[in-house]
Amino acid sequence: MSYKIIASQCTVCGACEFECPNAAISFKNETYVIDPKKCTECEGEFDHPQCDSVCPVPQTCVPA
Amino acid sequence: MELTDREVAEAAIKSGAGNVDEIMQKMAEHKGCETNSDGGKKASCGTEAGENDLPPEIWEKVKNHPCYSEEAHHHYARMHVAVAPACNIQCNYCNRKYDCANESRPGVVSERLTPEQAAKKVLAVASTIPQMTVLGIAGPGDPLANPEKTFKTFDLISKTAPDIKLCLSTNGLTLPDHVETIARYNVDHVTITVNMVDPEVGAKIYPWIFYKHKRYTGVEAARILTERQMQGLEMLTERGILSKINSVMIPGINDEHLKEVNKAVKGRGAFLHNIMPLISAAEHGTVFGLTGQRGPTAQELKRLQDSCEGEMNMMRHCRQCRADAVGLLGEDRSAEFTTEKIMEMDVNYDLATRQAYQARVEEERNAVAGAKANELQILAGEDSDIKILVAVATKGSGRINEHFGHASEFQIYELSTGKGAHFIGHRRVDLYCQGGYGEEDALETVIRAIKDCHAVFVAKIGGCPKKDLAAAGIEAIDEFAHEFIEKSAITYFKRYLEGVKDGSITHVDKGDAEIRPGEVAVDVVNETVAAE
Repeated sequence: MSYKIIASQCTVCGACEFECPNAAISFKNETYVIDPKKCTECEGEFDHPQCDSVCPVPQTCVPA
Repeated sequence: MELTDREVAEAAIKSGAGNVDEIMQKMAEHKGCETNSDGGKKASCGTEAGENDLPPEIWEKVKNHPCYSEEAHHHYARMHVAVAPACNIQCNYCNRKYDCANESRPGVVSERLTPEQAAKKVLAVASTIPQMTVLGIAGPGDPLANPEKTFKTFDLISKTAPDIKLCLSTNGLTLPDHVETIARYNVDHVTITVNMVDPEVGAKIYPWIFYKHKRYTGVEAARILTERQMQGLEMLTERGILSKINSVMIPGINDEHLKEVNKAVKGRGAFLHNIMPLISAAEHGTVFGLTGQRGPTAQELKRLQDSCEGEMNMMRHCRQCRADAVGLLGEDRSAEFTTEKIMEMDVNYDLATRQAYQARVEEERNAVAGAKANELQILAGEDSDIKILVAVATKGSGRINEHFGHASEFQIYELSTGKGAHFIGHRRVDLYCQGGYGEEDALETVIRAIKDCHAVFVAKIGGCPKKDLAAAGIEAIDEFAHEFIEKSAITYFKRYLEGVKDGSITHVDKGDAEIRPGEVAVDVVNETVAAE
């Protein structure tokens, strides 16, 4: 279980990088990516995945 | 007989001393002022004008800040570094697919900088533009939604260029959490964008906020935002940090309500209120752009600003600049300082040269202020209800020194017997001389932008545009070329009033005008001029 970032919609603002409680998001090759090994979809920590909560573009941080 | 500053300046112009530096040098010699700076103290050099009745410690903070002092913006420059891309709220006038729409012209995407790149850029600009006195962080997201990057940038700059004033512009959501850090870095000026104090109004402007790990929407989101903004403002005031409030005027949504906002922020100690027109166009892809929400007209904006102008200063010279703007307000030199160019620059930060240059700027500035002081006397004995607007083509330094066709914006002054010549704003126009395409349309654009003015003051103008302006009821005046703006405008106004009295002029009210906000990039201006 993991989220992913739709690169074509990402504005590269980086807001998600700081909010991720698992440090699963990093900047690679001009875009942000989620490491599926680290992502927990914020289960047990927050009601909703933090990357999607802070992302300015709808439907950009979505279940992989 | 003791010559006035103005007479010395005029004599310098007549004797052929063309450039500002030569003139300033002559004036400095005349007054026996030293050109090296001693922290900006100018008591021995006469005038203290421009201070109005601000307490000295506040004047000291604002006098070289182009955004906090209208008078300073003719002389001093600022720069923004785009180190803060993330944001924690969504505004209906902003589409972050580009940048913050409020900070940018459409289709122009800023480069993002790391704090280290930003620090290098600041040094490069400070060495090239010695009158650059202020560094701001204004996005393109929210500086306090990117606190590590913002404060790292301040940290680097305060070590390498300690004379540069630091400021930031925030939506205020996380401001209370960062006021201590802001104070620690000696950030003197903080701007908070406050568009409402009523959550019902806020719900129409902000679709959501992200606060304490949760996304809030609607009235609840706006209530949290306004509480945090007001708390943050109070905390800044307690610590003596000057705060400016930016408000976006959105007709039909918060236009009347901004009077309440004005009272709320005034009561909490804000220093300056800047009511800006909504920038809204479908091509920006913002919610307001797509719903067809219009921005205010020039007169609607002026009426609201006038009604809020009481004990609190109103800012009317804002250019709604980009989050990576560089230069004087009204010009944008950011294209000269791209990351690529900066990394190649060999930067030598020379504080002494900067201080010497700024001392010269002070001389010029004192000359303008000194001239201004005597000008109201021209109107002594006149008492009239007539108020008229005039437009001025200027390149800065307080003079009418721009060709009509080269002006990318006009400064607007209101003339009255009570206040003399009072600066009320600026109007951006398309360049009239566009070297080949749509010249007539461009002239029409200028006329639409200044059609509430009775006259336009220029250094020079051609016969055809002069005729077209006259047909639109705007008198083009070039007889005051290279003179100081206020004195020229007042001289014109006295003549106008006399004309009305003896019946040779029939006073008519002029209508309203369009607002075209934004700045014109300097490289575009230069290319256009070169192409002629």
